[in-house]
Amino acid sequence: MEFPGLFNYWIAVVLMMTGFYIVIAQGNLIKKVVGLNIFQVSVFVFYISMSKIKGGTAPILDEGIEIYTNPLPHVLILTAIVVGVATTALALALVVRIRDAYGTIEEDEIGKLEQEEET
Amino acid sequence: MISGHLPALQVVLPLMAAPLCLLLRHSTATWGLALATTWGSLAIAITLLLQVLSTGPVSYEMGGWAAPWGIEYRVDMVGAFVLVIVAALGSLVMPFARLSVAREVAADRVYLFYTMYLLCLTGLLGMAITGDVFNLFVFLEISSLSSYVLIGFGGDRRALTAAFRYLVMGTIGATFYIIGVGMMYMMTGTLNMADLATLLPAVAGTRTIQAALAFLTVGLSLKLALFPLHLWLPNAYTHAPSAVTAFLAGTATKVAVYALIRIYFTIFGGVDVFETFFIREVLMGLALVAMFAASAVAVFQTNIKRMLAYSSIAQIGYMVLGIGFATVTGLTGGIVHLFNHALMKGVLFMAMGCVFWKLGSVHIRDLAGLGRRMPVTMAAFLVGGLSLIGVPLTVGFISKWMLIQAALEKGWWPIAVLVLISSLLAVIYIWRVVEVAYFRPVAAEPGAESASKIAEAPLSMLLPMWVLAGACLYFGIDATRTLEVAAAAAMLLGTTP
Repeated sequence: MEFPGLFNYWIAVVLMMTGFYIVIAQGNLIKKVVGLNIFQVSVFVFYISMSKIKGGTAPILDEGIEIYTNPLPHVLILTAIVVGVATTALALALVVRIRDAYGTIEEDEIGKLEQEEET
Repeated sequence: MISGHLPALQVVLPLMAAPLCLLLRHSTATWGLALATTWGSLAIAITLLLQVLSTGPVSYEMGGWAAPWGIEYRVDMVGAFVLVIVAALGSLVMPFARLSVAREVAADRVYLFYTMYLLCLTGLLGMAITGDVFNLFVFLEISSLSSYVLIGFGGDRRALTAAFRYLVMGTIGATFYIIGVGMMYMMTGTLNMADLATLLPAVAGTRTIQAALAFLTVGLSLKLALFPLHLWLPNAYTHAPSAVTAFLAGTATKVAVYALIRIYFTIFGGVDVFETFFIREVLMGLALVAMFAASAVAVFQTNIKRMLAYSSIAQIGYMVLGIGFATVTGLTGGIVHLFNHALMKGVLFMAMGCVFWKLGSVHIRDLAGLGRRMPVTMAAFLVGGLSLIGVPLTVGFISKWMLIQAALEKGWWPIAVLVLISSLLAVIYIWRVVEVAYFRPVAAEPGAESASKIAEAPLSMLLPMWVLAGACLYFGIDATRTLEVAAAAAMLLGTTP
């Protein structure tokens, strides 16, 4: 097995874990959104690289084109990107509202304020 | 012919009505439009169920593209049943929502509320109707994104953090789901569920498919709030507006359970996932823990909405337990509980909506003597609570009966005993509310109106609540109809009898 054989998947896995770690470990809500973005993008990379064939071109019906890349995953990811944009926009809007309501976007400070409210 | 396009209309109708709501802007007008749309969806869903009952599964090719390439909408017994559940809850919450939303949401945002409500309904209906795994992801995200917004409408600022937390966990869940879909596509080259079912057995032994199954399971478990992945649910249900909680509690998690059933029994129908991949041990173990842990936490809650939210997590445990049996009886129990739980949680959360409308609080200390002040509301709460416990003549009894039968059929009597014991925990937390509401004197607040005076919520809120409560009793006494549909659905999924 040649070393860079699964190179693209390694990239996807590393990106995914980086994003996931940021989502879990960071207390700042904006940083969480950034982490979530990285996490989603890793899946986009996974899908896009999945369909690529070495030496393949775009799937155009023309003479001389025999090996071509499967375009379907790319189209799927176009949809997923739109979903990702919507999610990010909504998350950022929520962060703005949270800052208005709490005066902070640090998770532990919000938690403290909420605890005071409960008691 | 319009009847041939019903599967498409089921989704398109609320999808088109949503932007119209946005343009209308007038609160009452948007409410009227949303009301008409939801009842229209219910009519379509019932027509589809009748069609499926008489002529078998309905298949619809979106845009006329043939099945494995185009997106197929497929309505079979399971899908039709879930469609009816979602549409029924969606349309019953609407009349309730008008006053409840007017009380809890700022007046200039009410039209946005109904826009989001319709979008959420679109997503949930779409998930139940589609026969394409990627299309399911799109609808999952439509319903999720709109439910984040709906939760954010809550009056309390904690609703915002609850919505944010749900957003983060929901997005992780949905992303896990597409990773799974991608891996399945990699091995089979198809996204159509029926096509996947025929192609998967050949490659089921590969690491890729095993990883795909794991990703799909974890992703959907996040959405359906299976025990250790339930952290988003209590806050989201507690701080969302009452109408949203009643709607989401009855539909959102149920549709995710449905998607999980689809994955295991349709897509992986040709593979024995329960025996080879340890799915059974994992699912049943977590389901049992959920039943006990969540019920135990529910006992100690002082906010009734939060208490009911924890009880939802426990009830999801019962559904997943039914899936875990992977027998016709077990799955019938799981599917029928899907319906029954939607009914009872609808009643309970609507009752809390009425209480909030009147008192502005759902804290247990404010409920003292409420059985006398709001007798109609609390009687409905009682019906829902009894169903939750599983008392005979209510729907809860039917589903627990099926689950216990499934356990005994397999000879796993300890599970039957555990189901019974966990029901006792429900007795405790429901009793706490009943005791406070019926056996405590009304808290004498200075300046409050006369304590013994009956002060009920308006009829438009009581009526939908009592329709659901009536259904709780009706389907508890005569369950032949629901059980027939659920059993037919379970048989269809090709489980071994």
